Amino acid sequence: MTVHPIACHDCDLVHHLGEIPLGGSARCARCGAPLNRPKRDSINRTLALTITGITLYLVANLNPFLGFRIGAQLRETILATGIYQLYQQGMVIIATLVLITVVIVPAIHLLSLLYILVPLKMNQVPRHLTRVFRVYLLLKPWGMMEIFMLGILVSVAKLGKMATIIPGLALFAFLALIFVLAAMSATLDEHQIWQTFEHQSSEAHH
Amino acid sequence: MANFRAPIFRGASLTARALGLVACHRCHLLCRQAGGPAHCPRCGAPLHSRKPNSIARTWALVLAAAVFYIPANVFPVTITTSLGMVQSDTIMSGVIYFIHSGSWPIALVIFVASIFVPILKLIILSFLLISVQRRWQWRPVDRTRLYRLTEAIGRWSMLDVFVVTILVALVHLGALATIEAGPGALFFAAVVVVTMFAAEAFDPRLIWDGMEVPNDRED
Repeated sequence: MTVHPIACHDCDLVHHLGEIPLGGSARCARCGAPLNRPKRDSINRTLALTITGITLYLVANLNPFLGFRIGAQLRETILATGIYQLYQQGMVIIATLVLITVVIVPAIHLLSLLYILVPLKMNQVPRHLTRVFRVYLLLKPWGMMEIFMLGILVSVAKLGKMATIIPGLALFAFLALIFVLAAMSATLDEHQIWQTFEHQSSEAHH
Repeated sequence: MANFRAPIFRGASLTARALGLVACHRCHLLCRQAGGPAHCPRCGAPLHSRKPNSIARTWALVLAAAVFYIPANVFPVTITTSLGMVQSDTIMSGVIYFIHSGSWPIALVIFVASIFVPILKLIILSFLLISVQRRWQWRPVDRTRLYRLTEAIGRWSMLDVFVVTILVALVHLGALATIEAGPGALFFAAVVVVTMFAAEAFDPRLIWDGMEVPNDRED
């Protein structure tokens, strides 16, 4: 049994963790923070979800997500035009914030996992694994697609009385994408990625 | 699902710092501290035993967010022009609109995400900062839990910013109806971003450092 020391990231207490069975999880003995939770078949599952996510992401961003009919006028909006609209109104900061949290960060998440997992699947370590994975972890709280989805629901409720709302293809892709993204981060085993990296690079030195 | 309490290092409760070790913030690798590398040998992230200047940085961000919170609620977030009529809405008037129109679940969602959560976050972070500065011994486990809560819920306040974006994008029908973003939206976005950075700046390990014997602190 391999035992490796780990410090709790919330209270700094050092633990010696042994092998944790699949489906189990280790929590800090002092503050209860999750320390490690091994995931079953992590690389295969996360890679499958990443590829699904990229497909859905393209559908969600290239199709109108809501149609809005008032009188005889029909207006369809894709995500990018909505953000562009804000730019034109001079709300540059908000537009940038929405662009980052709803478009750019989810794209970086999907692409960085693809970059990491495809080589790992073929038993190779990608060249910039550490840098890419660090960016992925750093940006994690800034991907806000699920909140954006809730925003769509609230907007529809707000406009429902004023006009007819026609849900577009992108809306459904969006909805599916949120679940895929959540599943993706749930199946990803961060410890396994770092350990694989450590293992492979130490082998390369011998 | 099995749940394990992890065994403590050699039966004694020792922190990484007490052992002369530093845990990497990104990949959690334990590294030697004494004159050791400034960067994690595994992932390359900068190494610190505690987040640098955590208390001062967190206070600065909490205070900045508290200041932004006022214009965020006073100024309109949306300005609706419909058939020549102009109507300005603040966050609260949006909530009241939903209560009047009978959709109180939506009113509740907006109230919680936009008004309650930011205030709650600022109160919790201020409380944690004071408790750390005064080295309170009160319930460290619960205080750590409070910290994890603020970390998790903060991002949901972005809801109103997104609602404004979507309304502006959709309702752009010339003379018939137009919705524009008001200055309140900008301040509100600032509140959300700054409180997220504030939660990130706070180091929960300081709660536990305060539980140790006084005069044990080096920094």
